[in-house]
Amino acid sequence: MTSLLSVRDLAVGFGRDAAEKPVVRGISFDLAPGETLALVGESGSGKSVTALSINRLVDFGGGRITGGTMAWTRPDGSTLDLAQADERTLLGLRGREIGMIFQEPMTSLNPVHTVGAQIEEAFRLNRGLEGRAASDAAREALDRVRIPDAAQRMKYYPHQLSGGMRQRVMIAMALAGNPRLLIADEPTTALDVTVQAQIMALLAELKAELGMAMIFITHDIGLVAGIADGVMVMQDGVVVEQGRLDTVLDAPQHDYTKHLLGAVPHFTGGQAVRSDHRRETGQQPAVKVDDLVVRFPIGGGWFSRDAGAIHAVEGVGFDLVPGETLAIVGESGSGKSTTARAILGLTEATRGAIVTSPGRHGRPVQMVFQDPFASLNPRLDVASLLAEPAIAAGMRVDAALRQRMVQLLERVGLPEDALSRYPHQFSGGQRQRLCIARALMLNPDVVVLDEAVSALDVSVQARVLDLLIDLQHEFGLAYLFISHDMAVVERIAHRVAVMYAGQVVEIGDAASVLAKPRHSYTKRLIAAVPGIERRRQRYDVDTTPVPSLIKPKGYEPAPAEWVTAGEDHLVRVE
Amino acid sequence: MRILRAIAAHPTGRIGAGIILLYLLLALCGTIGFTPHNPLQQFRIDRLQGPSATYLMGTDLFGRDTASRLMVGIGQSFLIAFASVGLASLVGTIIGLLAGWWGGWLDGAFMRSMDVLLAFPAILLALLIIAIVGPGTFTSVVAIAAVYTPIFARVVRGPTLSLKRREFVDAARTFGSSERYILTRHLLLNLVAPLTVQVTLALAWALLTEAGLSFLGLGTQPPAPSLGLMMSEARNLMQQAPWLLVFPGLTIMLGILGFNLFGDALRDILDPRTQRRTA
Repeated sequence: MTSLLSVRDLAVGFGRDAAEKPVVRGISFDLAPGETLALVGESGSGKSVTALSINRLVDFGGGRITGGTMAWTRPDGSTLDLAQADERTLLGLRGREIGMIFQEPMTSLNPVHTVGAQIEEAFRLNRGLEGRAASDAAREALDRVRIPDAAQRMKYYPHQLSGGMRQRVMIAMALAGNPRLLIADEPTTALDVTVQAQIMALLAELKAELGMAMIFITHDIGLVAGIADGVMVMQDGVVVEQGRLDTVLDAPQHDYTKHLLGAVPHFTGGQAVRSDHRRETGQQPAVKVDDLVVRFPIGGGWFSRDAGAIHAVEGVGFDLVPGETLAIVGESGSGKSTTARAILGLTEATRGAIVTSPGRHGRPVQMVFQDPFASLNPRLDVASLLAEPAIAAGMRVDAALRQRMVQLLERVGLPEDALSRYPHQFSGGQRQRLCIARALMLNPDVVVLDEAVSALDVSVQARVLDLLIDLQHEFGLAYLFISHDMAVVERIAHRVAVMYAGQVVEIGDAASVLAKPRHSYTKRLIAAVPGIERRRQRYDVDTTPVPSLIKPKGYEPAPAEWVTAGEDHLVRVE
Repeated sequence: MRILRAIAAHPTGRIGAGIILLYLLLALCGTIGFTPHNPLQQFRIDRLQGPSATYLMGTDLFGRDTASRLMVGIGQSFLIAFASVGLASLVGTIIGLLAGWWGGWLDGAFMRSMDVLLAFPAILLALLIIAIVGPGTFTSVVAIAAVYTPIFARVVRGPTLSLKRREFVDAARTFGSSERYILTRHLLLNLVAPLTVQVTLALAWALLTEAGLSFLGLGTQPPAPSLGLMMSEARNLMQQAPWLLVFPGLTIMLGILGFNLFGDALRDILDPRTQRRTA
């Protein structure tokens, strides 16, 4: 079989010394028609630059191809070197022969046009369709990417669609020109895990239907197993390992590949949960949340006040004892972050009780946020950042306090001289350690970790998780660990609460919930977790919409009914 | 100290700082009376002399020394510019900060009243205030401050709106930090960069506005020298004595350039993300 694309010794550089200091160099691979190649690497490895070089979008980012050839087989059988092709030729190629989808579907769609109009435009440009023909083609395209009520959705603006729907629209646009190669640059990174599974399933089906080749870029080696035929692992601009999927995953040769495969948290369905803590009967909870309700009223303008409310959190209750981790899992919009914010008092609870252990002064609950870049004031040095909780508690900044700062810094693995430095001088992992140290300044009982490791590269993530577990043992902390990542949850949680549409649908012992999920949503969530063990496994395309959280004024949900599914395992009746 | 050294290392900041230092020195000399000649004394024999060794920048219609008058004039202009911008930035920052932080009706009330002030052209508004209160140094300060307060309020309110939703403000709330602490440490500290740039720009504009008001006869009153007044007096003598127009004009222009260069350098230096490049 002749190859569709044959890349030899590709080198790409940026700026003035593009030739001397290439960002990406020595890339060679062949891609046969209908085949999928996965490009894997951590941030900054050059995987996106490589992909953008193929359709030469890299030129617009200031990049220059400084060496190598990229032989592209055209539909008529002739070959074209993409590295030498002029902009005119490329313009005819992009969209028609090589399509592309990006990571962030919100920013890749134009917010002021309906999605229908944008897909029609793609058809107009790539196929020369006009008027009726274009809108029919657009509707068919939306049908093809499994968007329900395609005719209706044509009139929607991007902001009216969910992230998964927007990514489907992007795929529909990329497919408008019937490309023979689709470049997918981290297409599911911004999406929830069940939506990710749906998009992956969709891509796999479309690939089979249309017989197109695909280059799939991802930082998540676990995602590769389900879709790729070949794998190329990149680090610092060079390919460190490439080969067939099974060879690379089962018998990795290069240390970096082994490291990547080792660092990826594996989800094993509840077999690897922690067993270092058992609840004692009658133990006083560090925090107890009862019937927490958070609603955001929707203002209907001056004349129609109280149009209704968004029921973000509805009747959530749980307790947490010292030394225990309760993980709240769920997707964006499920109310897990709102629950955390309500416990911290950042969002006002409509009703409900949050009781911390009696006789405790100050603030027994502290929080570590998701983005360590946003949660540290860039203009304060570390000493000021760490001193803030103490100042807020009315303490004096003296030698004793400084001593405590140094101790905590050392404990979380940062050098003492960090005190006089500023946040921008630290890496993401180090910043998150700083945030953890800051949260511990006042000896809290409970630390709320809101997606605290989600923004970190996998290898850094593993080390921060280890640190958290150590700190928990040392200080007897209770963690409320909020995450969408099931593998991470399995590693750190003792108990798990699954949230869906503002409600807890299943709660209990981590081993029990993860191994024997009973609620349909928990089952779906666990089935969607990608992993290197789940090779070429077909995910079902499931388009069950999440129930709307917007409820009319005065709406009260029916009281929850629970069934017991184990010693410590409750499931909400559906 | 660190900032001063960084400015000295900054290529254009050095020029800006140099100009401002020179002006400050000249203004100081002018104010304490350390001038080549008495700026008010009329050397009747030497009327409308061109630049020479005795009169560095020539003399005016009454035989007064232009260089000496310029030195005193710079002092006067700087006094008004600094005082008015100081007042405007103080009031504007407080209004913008509180409007952005509290939002709601307070935001509306504050910002709409700022809009009213902004609706008038700068000179016209200043003229109006002076017409009501009467000319004088203090009136000029208040008038120019009133013109530039809304700009500071706007410059501060925008970032305040985005800063108050940043995670580090949420984090501060979870520690129980007081509102005053959050406003000063988290918001104001992050506003330093836009504020310094705005202050230096406003200083340049205030210099120009002051010159304009004096030019119209509503700022500094004769015989006290002022840059705008000197240009106004020189206007009719443009053909016979161009130096009378050129030197005050150049002085104003150079001063504005100096403040702009200085402001750019300060912005580069105060932003911790660009620190490594300049320091």
